[in-house]
Amino acid sequence: MNLQRENRAQWTMGLLGIFLLCTLVVSVGVGPMSLSLSDSLQVAISRIGLIELNVPPHVVVVVESIRMPRTVLGMLVGAALAVSGAAIQGLFRNPLADPGLIGVSGGAALAAVASIVWGGTVLKPLHDLLGIYSLPMMAFLGGFITTLLVAWIATSRFGTSITTMLLAGVAINIVTGAGIGIFTYMADDAMLRTLTFWQMGSLGGATWDDVMAAATMIMVAVVLILRYAKSLNALLLGESEARHLGVDVGRIKVAVILLSALAVGAAVAVSGMIGFVGLVVPHIVRMSLGPDHRYLLAASALLGALFLLLADMLSRTVIAPAELPIGLITAIIGGPFFIGLIVLRARQGGGL
Amino acid sequence: MSFSVNHLSLSVGRKVLLDNLSFSINPGELVVVLGPNGAGKSSLLKVMSGEHSFSEGDMQINGASYRHWSVGDIARMVGVLPQSSQLVFPFTVLEVVMLGRLPHSSGRVRDAEIVKQVIDRVDMTHLMHAAYPSLSGGEKQRVQLARVLAQIWEESALGARYLLLDEPTSALDVAHQQLTLQLARELAGKGIGVMAILHDLNLAAQYGDRIVMLRQGAIAAQGSVEEILKPELIRQLFAIDVSILPHPVSQRPMVVML
Repeated sequence: MNLQRENRAQWTMGLLGIFLLCTLVVSVGVGPMSLSLSDSLQVAISRIGLIELNVPPHVVVVVESIRMPRTVLGMLVGAALAVSGAAIQGLFRNPLADPGLIGVSGGAALAAVASIVWGGTVLKPLHDLLGIYSLPMMAFLGGFITTLLVAWIATSRFGTSITTMLLAGVAINIVTGAGIGIFTYMADDAMLRTLTFWQMGSLGGATWDDVMAAATMIMVAVVLILRYAKSLNALLLGESEARHLGVDVGRIKVAVILLSALAVGAAVAVSGMIGFVGLVVPHIVRMSLGPDHRYLLAASALLGALFLLLADMLSRTVIAPAELPIGLITAIIGGPFFIGLIVLRARQGGGL
Repeated sequence: MSFSVNHLSLSVGRKVLLDNLSFSINPGELVVVLGPNGAGKSSLLKVMSGEHSFSEGDMQINGASYRHWSVGDIARMVGVLPQSSQLVFPFTVLEVVMLGRLPHSSGRVRDAEIVKQVIDRVDMTHLMHAAYPSLSGGEKQRVQLARVLAQIWEESALGARYLLLDEPTSALDVAHQQLTLQLARELAGKGIGVMAILHDLNLAAQYGDRIVMLRQGAIAAQGSVEEILKPELIRQLFAIDVSILPHPVSQRPMVVML
């Protein structure tokens, strides 16, 4: 149809894919212990059984048990946050809605923290039942309940107000912050370390178990969200217009909110609160490819994965051998970006 | 086959918004809904487009009850042009109009042809690749009209098609007001049942087949243009004095304010 944009979208996604692969390889090599490109490639290829392994065993361990899961997790989390950001923005017809800003990540984090601190006591039956999925499921529930709460607060018979939604997000973030604070008082020393990590976000300490737990939930959510691309396009016209075009608005709303909460919950469960990815990434994609969700969602997934890998490489190297929490890096990039967006909109007279 | 409402009522709380309305839109005719502010015109359109449910009565499209049809089915028979649009994302004109093809699965080649045609019909071809938010109010209205046209451009397997227009001329200059209603007229000529909410009595006189006159949620009168546009009735409804003259060219009634 709009051939120019369609071609550009395909090119862009191809390029993003190639960049992502290169970054993936580099990311495995970067860190306190620097590995050569050939070493990390060798480990990867030997796994498929193509060649004899010719690298020291400790390198194999670093690549297989530390760098690889961390890299894969980074990609999953980046894609999850960017896609749910893009979907929520489409649903509420406002490019400023971000899972972090409207409190969804906070709600997910609070539930995750509760799951850690109460894991051995109050929530023990749940943990026994769900195993490695108990933490991501709790985070999903937290995110889901918060999304419903925010949507309920911001929706009146005049429609959904993004201003109210952002204000509700501010309030919810204060409450969840306080909740997490209370849990830190109840936590013992071992828990405390994990809790701090949750509040600033980190991909450090990622295991294949984390990857498995997050991957299933995130992939399901992202693939299903992609299927609503056309309906989200129609929703940009307005809810009644979408209904006149045959879109079952009520069902789409519930589905998208649920799936976004699932993706964000899984991401928060394994990496803590990493903000602004869902705001910055879709915005950049929209500037280049336009608002069509058929391209926006997929390209956001790729760029989100790339963005988080780059941020994670920074976090590992800036103050090596120590690590800067990745949430701080995305906030340093995303905060000013958000302020810039608000200023721009205010100058254009658009308000929120 | 028709789009009919039978004894339709809508109350919100104690307030009666629509009171026992019965009329129908037949394929091939242009029905104009007139009435003073607050008469229930917009509520009627919201009910007929499925946005509001109704409290009592019944609505039928092509012989089957409204509830019988799925949202997707209705979208293949009924196009609705809203009064204003909230679209703020930078879709191009082409992309907005393309959304009108969403209910159909006619293939991208056919869709692209239809979209080109309807964009041309509303006189927007020169702005086809412009970003929608950068357009003027009138241009936006024409793009939305093109989108709705794309939706009902082809015959539907489900029966006759209908077009509901909510004050389609409110943001348009004189030339595009004429263009829009000529287009509506032409669509009626192709067998589409058109209902338009209008404020301008002369546009109603010039283009309408029938007029449904609303007052306080009820039908004050309905009938042919000649039957409804009478000084007596207009004085009762709008509290203005008018004289009705024959139009010098078309001989249709012409309303002159006194």
